Amino acid sequence: MALIPFWNWLGAQMGVGLPYGVAWFLSQAVFIVILCLVLMLAVAVVILADRKIWAAVQMRRGPNVVGPFGLLQTIADALKFFFKEVIIPAGANKVLFLLAPIVAVTLAFIAWAVIPFGKGWVLSDINVGILYLFAVSSLSVYGVIMAGWASNSKYAFLSALRGAAQMVSYEVSIGFVMITVLLFAGSLNLSTIVMTQAATGPFTGPLAFLHWNVFTLLFPMLIIFFVSALAETQRPPFDLLEAESELVAGFFVEYSSAPFLLFFLGEYMTVIMLCGLMSILFLGGWLPPFDIWPFNAVPGVIWFVLKIGFLFFMMAMVKAIVPRYRYDQLMRLGWKVFLPTSLLWVVLTAAWVLVFHRHA
Amino acid sequence: MLQALAFYFFSAILVASALMVIAARNPVHSVLFLILSFFNAAGLFVLLGAEFLGMILVVVYVGAVAVLFLFVVMMLDIDFAELKRGSLQYLPFGALIGLVLVAELAMAGSVWVLKPAALAAKAHATPTVTNTEALGLILYTDYVYYFQIAGLVLLVAMIGAIVLTLRSRPGVRRQNISAQNARTAAMAVDMHDIKPGDGA
Repeated sequence: MALIPFWNWLGAQMGVGLPYGVAWFLSQAVFIVILCLVLMLAVAVVILADRKIWAAVQMRRGPNVVGPFGLLQTIADALKFFFKEVIIPAGANKVLFLLAPIVAVTLAFIAWAVIPFGKGWVLSDINVGILYLFAVSSLSVYGVIMAGWASNSKYAFLSALRGAAQMVSYEVSIGFVMITVLLFAGSLNLSTIVMTQAATGPFTGPLAFLHWNVFTLLFPMLIIFFVSALAETQRPPFDLLEAESELVAGFFVEYSSAPFLLFFLGEYMTVIMLCGLMSILFLGGWLPPFDIWPFNAVPGVIWFVLKIGFLFFMMAMVKAIVPRYRYDQLMRLGWKVFLPTSLLWVVLTAAWVLVFHRHA
Repeated sequence: MLQALAFYFFSAILVASALMVIAARNPVHSVLFLILSFFNAAGLFVLLGAEFLGMILVVVYVGAVAVLFLFVVMMLDIDFAELKRGSLQYLPFGALIGLVLVAELAMAGSVWVLKPAALAAKAHATPTVTNTEALGLILYTDYVYYFQIAGLVLLVAMIGAIVLTLRSRPGVRRQNISAQNARTAAMAVDMHDIKPGDGA
């Protein structure tokens, strides 16, 4: 990684030659710490943005007391959660009760290991990056199930059952959407998937964005992925797990203080991760939309963050505008609409690639 | 060195959690230990350089199969003490099955040899393609019929499961979305001219 020369230099200054393994380990560790800090800061910003957008749609002002324009509201909320008492219900299974939020937040963090923020700006550039993300996101259901079962509360348990069915169902269509994209790119590596969307064909310069997957055959898949991502992260209109009118707060009804904060953190972290994944798969990741000066002089990571911001704005608008689905409607949408459509699109994309691409 | 350390780490947790699957008192804990052992098996696959198999193991077994296990086990209302009481009488039978399995494995292992071609390929492995590509190349060319037959078997199993569990109950009100969407004001509203004093 990029920092290895720095550690070698530091080792030389201290009079010891650092072996490659140690230098690699140190640079990875520093990257991981920086990434985690940045992500937590990003989550704080995103939660505030979510509330502000929601408020603006309803013609309210949203958080506006703590800090200028309420910018420090999330920090204040986090501090409040930390200083409260952790309450564990008497009938709860203590180990699993505390393990569930840890599992949720850990899975939300480790998914970022393979997300490329720019050319070469990735913690672990593995060959099966997209499969890794699919594996990690298919595990996120465990936080919900464990929390719901360990709480020993009927509301939490009902929510866990709903969550298990909902997340397993939408996992299927997410998987098929990923397959269409990787058929198009011919690779499971996320950096390669982004690079295949770079301007290499008929459109160059100001029209470079026409090479993004969203402007190809795959456009309907972006819509399916977007809606499935909403269902996968239990955001409205698919937040049946925490339907206030029926289940109080769903699987985390018994949680308080720091464990609750961990669930909250994990949920928003997954939302940002899925926005990032969407921008990698469909919107060209870190690539600038127009391949002309000054747009291609801007660092790729800024374009990546802007794209994540745009997708999150869309998610926040959906949350503010669309009413909650009924459970049978949710299941119908997943199994009877998204699954056949994405399956058909896998076949279509495979045929398209066979006829027009001919790579390798 | 680091690889050996990682191997012993994964295998130790794998064996311990596999033991806990049958030793745990609570069936939910058993399933969770099963998930832990799946994870460590995936870690061993990655250590072998078979990252595709490792990821697929996590996606299929941990992400789907074990979720449904957990789903079912959580919904069972089990009296744990009752469950434990009679289990010792099955011990001789279980031990016998285990012994037979171990003996069969040993017999199969003692005569199992790699083909010379496979050994030669193993000796100077040149990773020109990733193992995902290599698996795909073999699976969809040399073994394409077996692959298709496996898919067909799964399809038949799926249809069988649906046929066994699907029952049509009369008198259930279902939502018919196309009928709802096709409904117009002309179909829904009837105009009656009612004279004053007559009632409807």
